[in-house]
Amino acid sequence: MILVTVGMQLGFDRLIKAMDRIALDQPEPIIAQIGPGEYWPKNIEARRSISGAEFEQTIADAKLIVAHAGIGTIMAAQRHQIPIVLLPRRAKLGEHRNDHQLATVDQLQDRNGVFVAHSEENLAQVIAAGLACNIGHDARPANASKLNAAVASFINSAKT
Amino acid sequence: MTKVLAVASGGGHWEQLMLLRIALDQFDTRYATTEKGFAEQHGLEKAHILPDCNQNRPFRSLQCLIVALLLIIKLRPDVVVSTGAAPGFFCIFAGKLIGSRTLWIDSIANAEQLSMCGRLATRIADKCLTQWEHLASDPSPDFAGALL
Repeated sequence: MILVTVGMQLGFDRLIKAMDRIALDQPEPIIAQIGPGEYWPKNIEARRSISGAEFEQTIADAKLIVAHAGIGTIMAAQRHQIPIVLLPRRAKLGEHRNDHQLATVDQLQDRNGVFVAHSEENLAQVIAAGLACNIGHDARPANASKLNAAVASFINSAKT
Repeated sequence: MTKVLAVASGGGHWEQLMLLRIALDQFDTRYATTEKGFAEQHGLEKAHILPDCNQNRPFRSLQCLIVALLLIIKLRPDVVVSTGAAPGFFCIFAGKLIGSRTLWIDSIANAEQLSMCGRLATRIADKCLTQWEHLASDPSPDFAGALL
């Protein structure tokens, strides 16, 4: 199953329309979480929101995630070691307040299991690459333990 | 045991806070977020709920600030930690008023500049961290690793 998700804050019709167009050519069934978007897809099972434990289970069951470049979604994908295809939201298309999602994909595009579609035109190609990828079991970045150590040391230094 | 209040809005902020549980769960830590579902997603049975808000919603922000103040008065944490966004910042602000030690960790989503709350936190929080080395500056924010 391919999970398409755009987060809960903003719709992302460009992604949902593009997925709807290529849905029938995909080897996997598709479930889309479309948030407050206006476009309702015809070829995909769509829901406005999938919350809490159910969303967690859906991510775990997915073979691939296709999403906006939201940090929460990327982190959830990495936590479950599921490959993710990102289409960044663009400010000039009214998809977000600014272009920070472009900065996000620039920083993350070389990471294991992260695939970037720079436009909806090459989405199908990037999805094929994502489905073919074997993400393996790479350990959590060493940086994360460094930040945890910094947090623990800050708390320990507070007098009780 | 040190009492900690750890706060994050849903989505990316919360994902990041959950990755800090390795550190946070060593203490007497309570969690607060903006929707019950986010806590459930990570198997947390109990979380305090704050109204979500941002700079474009002044009334909700005021409401959130009041709830944050009440929560801080009730819990009296020794330490307040937040990965953002505005509701977490209000808890840090409220924590400062009662003498908690406060730590702001700016979201990894802010790769080009600190968030607005992050910039305020460099002045208000006891310690402010960025997750991007190129955004670190003297005296604040500091870089001490990243979660992705």
